[in-house]
Amino acid sequence: MQVESFLELASASSPKKTALVCEGFRFMYEELESKANRLAGSLIAGGVERGDRVVTYLENSMEAVVSVLAILKAGAVFVPVNPTTKADKLSYILNDCRSTGLITDRTRLGTLLNDRAGTPHLHGVWVADGIPHQKLATAKHLFDLTAELDDDNLPAVPPAKKCIDIDLAALIYTSGSTGRPKGVMLTHLNIVSAATSITNYLENRPDDIILNVLPLSFDYGLYQMLMAFKIGGTLILERSFAYPYRIIELLNHEHVTGFPIVPTISALLLQLDLAAHQFPALRYITSTAATFPTDHIRRLRLLLPNVKIFSMYGLTECKRVSYLPPDQIDIRPGSVGRGMPNEEVYIVDDTGRKASYGTVGELVVRGSNVMKGYWDLPEETDRMLKPGPLAGEKVLHTGDLFRMDQEGYLYFVGRKDDIIKTRGQKVSPREVEEVLHAMPGVLEAAVIGVPDEVLGEAIKAMVRLRADVRLTAAQVIHWCSQRLENFMVPSFVEFEGEFPKTSTGKINKRKLARAGVTPSGIPMSSE
Amino acid sequence: MLLHDELRKFVTDSFMFGELYDGFSDGDSFLEQGIIDSTAVLELIAFLEERYAIKLQDRDLIPDNLDSVNGLARFVESRLQSH
Repeated sequence: MQVESFLELASASSPKKTALVCEGFRFMYEELESKANRLAGSLIAGGVERGDRVVTYLENSMEAVVSVLAILKAGAVFVPVNPTTKADKLSYILNDCRSTGLITDRTRLGTLLNDRAGTPHLHGVWVADGIPHQKLATAKHLFDLTAELDDDNLPAVPPAKKCIDIDLAALIYTSGSTGRPKGVMLTHLNIVSAATSITNYLENRPDDIILNVLPLSFDYGLYQMLMAFKIGGTLILERSFAYPYRIIELLNHEHVTGFPIVPTISALLLQLDLAAHQFPALRYITSTAATFPTDHIRRLRLLLPNVKIFSMYGLTECKRVSYLPPDQIDIRPGSVGRGMPNEEVYIVDDTGRKASYGTVGELVVRGSNVMKGYWDLPEETDRMLKPGPLAGEKVLHTGDLFRMDQEGYLYFVGRKDDIIKTRGQKVSPREVEEVLHAMPGVLEAAVIGVPDEVLGEAIKAMVRLRADVRLTAAQVIHWCSQRLENFMVPSFVEFEGEFPKTSTGKINKRKLARAGVTPSGIPMSSE
Repeated sequence: MLLHDELRKFVTDSFMFGELYDGFSDGDSFLEQGIIDSTAVLELIAFLEERYAIKLQDRDLIPDNLDSVNGLARFVESRLQSH
């Protein structure tokens, strides 16, 4: 089975059902299907071939939803990129995956106009909301996406299928400890397997209505869309959780049954007077992407006693690893549960042997949801994918340390590397440090995560300046905000006289983290 | 300072690093322009409550009130008048 079949099957069985509610518009399954077919036809006419990579660079929108499915229908590989990504990184990703197509909107096209590096592989750009008059730096074919979606000259039926389920469906870029983002290669089989397991344990039904406020460029958000279509349900798509009362209203107004969140959202939700509201339709809340504080779980359970709460854990390289069955949430709120259906998980010690109960070791995942590797990075792939129990088989070594209790429930202990988790997203300190090092006047920089009630971890930059240079925290943050995705921009900046060093001359981050008095409160107020 | 100017200044100083980009208008959605997120909204609320001595209720936290300079000005004016 292929991922685009989720939409095709739902459209065939319930053509008039509402598939998507977004920005005040409602779309039936048959409408989304015909838009996706037309865009697939346009992509093929524009030169996109089986196996080509096509980047989507869009805010959550109908166009973003249709683009993912159209790329798959065209036999190509979708590459979702965060809409706050800046020019240099967008170019890096376009070139790294040798993308032949880009789907974006008029506002974001400006990022490409600022592209100085050049993107030689890219030849087609599909633009939502109209094509501006400015010329692109390099010659590209521009297509008016909004017009193409409803163009009767393009076929409303799907193009002939060319892919099989072990072909790539997606490349999802994730922060790597090297500082360069890595493209996680996912096949149709990987995605269909993960979506099947997850909808199975969530007991999703066709009458489910899922509210997604997470970016579709983030795999947790992306899967809400894919799973809603897989079950023939309805997706309510929002751009953000920024205005919480709007979300409260939507939960009731749209009779939402499923609400996926990250702990940053539960922190904000719990600042509201939730007791003043009732959510009679709400069946479940899921949380993943960062440690779900047991205090949040306890308070949500008291406020929403009839809502099932799923505490989960996963990583892009296999999508989801585990979930805690809701009947266990009051018994072991600190656990992220057990492996999901059709997947095996175990813990290995330093020698690679399966560890006994209670022992801390690296979590290993075995299943058809495990990625094929990192795009063009064989060495990094070999560090994560290692030989499994069957000849030729590869299993995923997650890099995350866990212990397992006697009944097989998993408890997260820590990471093997220094990746920061903020707002549920992974941030490589190296990537932020490279941006800081490139700032005129900066001699040295170190980036660490500090505990934060809302963000999970907030990003803190410590910077040593040249003696003759004066910079403010706001200037440093501004520099970063021009070059990094919003969630990667430091909340705090401290200026250091000298950094503690390890015996090999590297900055000793453990010492920095221990010595640092953690500022809290409003970001950017620290000078 | 006029209410609009003061609110615009807060938004530009706090979320846009003091730089208005070309074509920014008081009617533009902060979310669509990518200049605000959940934590920035918390800052905005703290500013409104302190500067104008108003208390925001949960039901006030909607884009109509908070997502543009015009929306903010309208909201603050209505709350100041009702005092």
